[in-house]
Amino acid sequence: MMRSRLLTRVTVVAFVAWVAVAMTLVTAQTPGYKAPRAPDGKPNLNGIWQAINTANWDIEAHSAAPGPVLELGAAGAVPGGLGVVEGGPLPYRPEALTKRNENRANRLKLDPEVKCYLPGVPRATYMGFPFQIIQSQKHVMLVHEYAGAVRTVYMTDQVEAPADSWMGWSNGRWEGESLVVDTKGFNDLSWFDRSGNFHSDALHVVERFTARSADTLIYEVTVEDPKVFSRPWKMSMPLYRRVEPNAQILEFRCVEFVEDLIYGHLRKQPSQ
Amino acid sequence: MNRRSLVSAGAVVLGAAVLSANIAGQAPASAAKAAPAAKAPAAKAYTPPKTPDGQPDLQGFWTNSTYVPFERPQGVTKEFYTPDEAEAAIKAAAAREAEQTEPGTAADVHYDFSQFGLDRSQSKFSYNLRTSLVVDPPDGKVPPVNAQGQKRAAERAAARKLAGGPYDSVQNMAIGSRCIIMGGSGPPMMNAGYNANYQIVQSPGYVMILTEMIHDVRVIPLDNRSQPPQDIRQWVGLSRGRWEGNTLVVETTNFNGKNAFRGASETLKVTERFTRVADDVIDYKFTIEDPATWDRAWTADAPLARTEGPIFEFACHETNYGIANILAGARAEDKQKAERAKKGSN
Repeated sequence: MMRSRLLTRVTVVAFVAWVAVAMTLVTAQTPGYKAPRAPDGKPNLNGIWQAINTANWDIEAHSAAPGPVLELGAAGAVPGGLGVVEGGPLPYRPEALTKRNENRANRLKLDPEVKCYLPGVPRATYMGFPFQIIQSQKHVMLVHEYAGAVRTVYMTDQVEAPADSWMGWSNGRWEGESLVVDTKGFNDLSWFDRSGNFHSDALHVVERFTARSADTLIYEVTVEDPKVFSRPWKMSMPLYRRVEPNAQILEFRCVEFVEDLIYGHLRKQPSQ
Repeated sequence: MNRRSLVSAGAVVLGAAVLSANIAGQAPASAAKAAPAAKAPAAKAYTPPKTPDGQPDLQGFWTNSTYVPFERPQGVTKEFYTPDEAEAAIKAAAAREAEQTEPGTAADVHYDFSQFGLDRSQSKFSYNLRTSLVVDPPDGKVPPVNAQGQKRAAERAAARKLAGGPYDSVQNMAIGSRCIIMGGSGPPMMNAGYNANYQIVQSPGYVMILTEMIHDVRVIPLDNRSQPPQDIRQWVGLSRGRWEGNTLVVETTNFNGKNAFRGASETLKVTERFTRVADDVIDYKFTIEDPATWDRAWTADAPLARTEGPIFEFACHETNYGIANILAGARAEDKQKAERAKKGSN
């Protein structure tokens, strides 16, 4: 009894140590965790998930900095971040880098998030809002709180994107423990973050959702866009389950919040 | 599409729809003729398929587009039409839609209803012989708004008047035009006129309903969780669901009152009942309760018909040039008027 308890304790310590190592390598490797099965036998990724990082400010490593709105002070400042992009600076083509820098300089005016536009992919995943995975055999739904953005991942009946769109056209498949989502058919209007990192309509995103524990996923993304980048590049991050009781996706119907910003100059003047 | 082909397309859809109506257990021709008072023929037992976790399977793409009017038209006293009468009513309604495309009219400049599926008869619609979607009260009419509801309606109208003309500011314009939410989104799910399409996906413990219009999503938890606190208010309320046999019952409260359903208040409670009664029909009934608006609860029956997917992204706000153009036009008009007035006074 004692021995087995000790053994258990040793195992737990070893497991904790292993998890600690695994966490530091989260971007580099897939742990051997096997998710519980959904009723159809596939890994069960159902749940409400959220990224906890500062990638929406800048997907690359960045220091803390003042925010773009003076009045918000420290409340609107940028927290630092180690970045979620693998292997050095984003491989922009020279003219694209110029555009990124212009975007960055004018982000208050140009960032689609400021106008409550649909966030695009993969930005929707790490905006700091929760999203819910609803898994069925034919369709996997990704339902985002931000702007009510929604994606249908077609697991069967797959076709090419019928037209370009903000959230793209997603076809999915199971590869062992991973849900792999292949998305094309994007327009060129969404960004990757608030720092002006952008893409063209040639964007091709492959996302891999893999359970790494009961309450965490590894989210890995390969981004390909030959019009903007000289080579494909990758990002990865953990996603955390919202475990509080009664957690649910709430309404963030932000159109109403930006109407004065977008149309305020067209308001009838009281003097007229 | 010209009007002749419009009518023939409508007839083809109608033919297909009649078949599905019979499967759906709506009064078929013979039953309606033989016993017009009968609500429906003896229900044929239908067992809905199950999802892998054992829920009755409502999944797929559905539409609640219909030519059945919400309330029973004046002069109609029966609950069901005969198939011939229903066909005539649909033809008349389709003709009214086609009139919106009469060359040279203002409506024709706005939208060409014969194109892009704006006209209902071009797409799949939910067919049945009912003379109104409202089934309770039995007269097929929404009960009269009570004194409290009338007072609120008057207050709302006064507030609108105080806010100025319809194009003085974006906030004075219709919620749908502003791409905030469309009437068809629900709850209750109402026929949106066009794009009246829905996608249902189920996972253990949840039912998700995607509305095509403005990509509205409801994720309905089925775990008997407690009602949310009163302080949280949403455009679509907060929904809680449960299975009663093969029927999904969804209760929704916590509305913010800004998209008031037929003048309802924030205390509105909507109870929806989804029952798959055939491979291609979901029986959908909803009951409206709001003592601040109506003295009695009332119920509508608005079945969903299976339709072809997929649903494409409806990014409404992102390219809402209409709002900016309408407001800019109104401001140009203001300026012109001011200049004219100035000239006149000189």
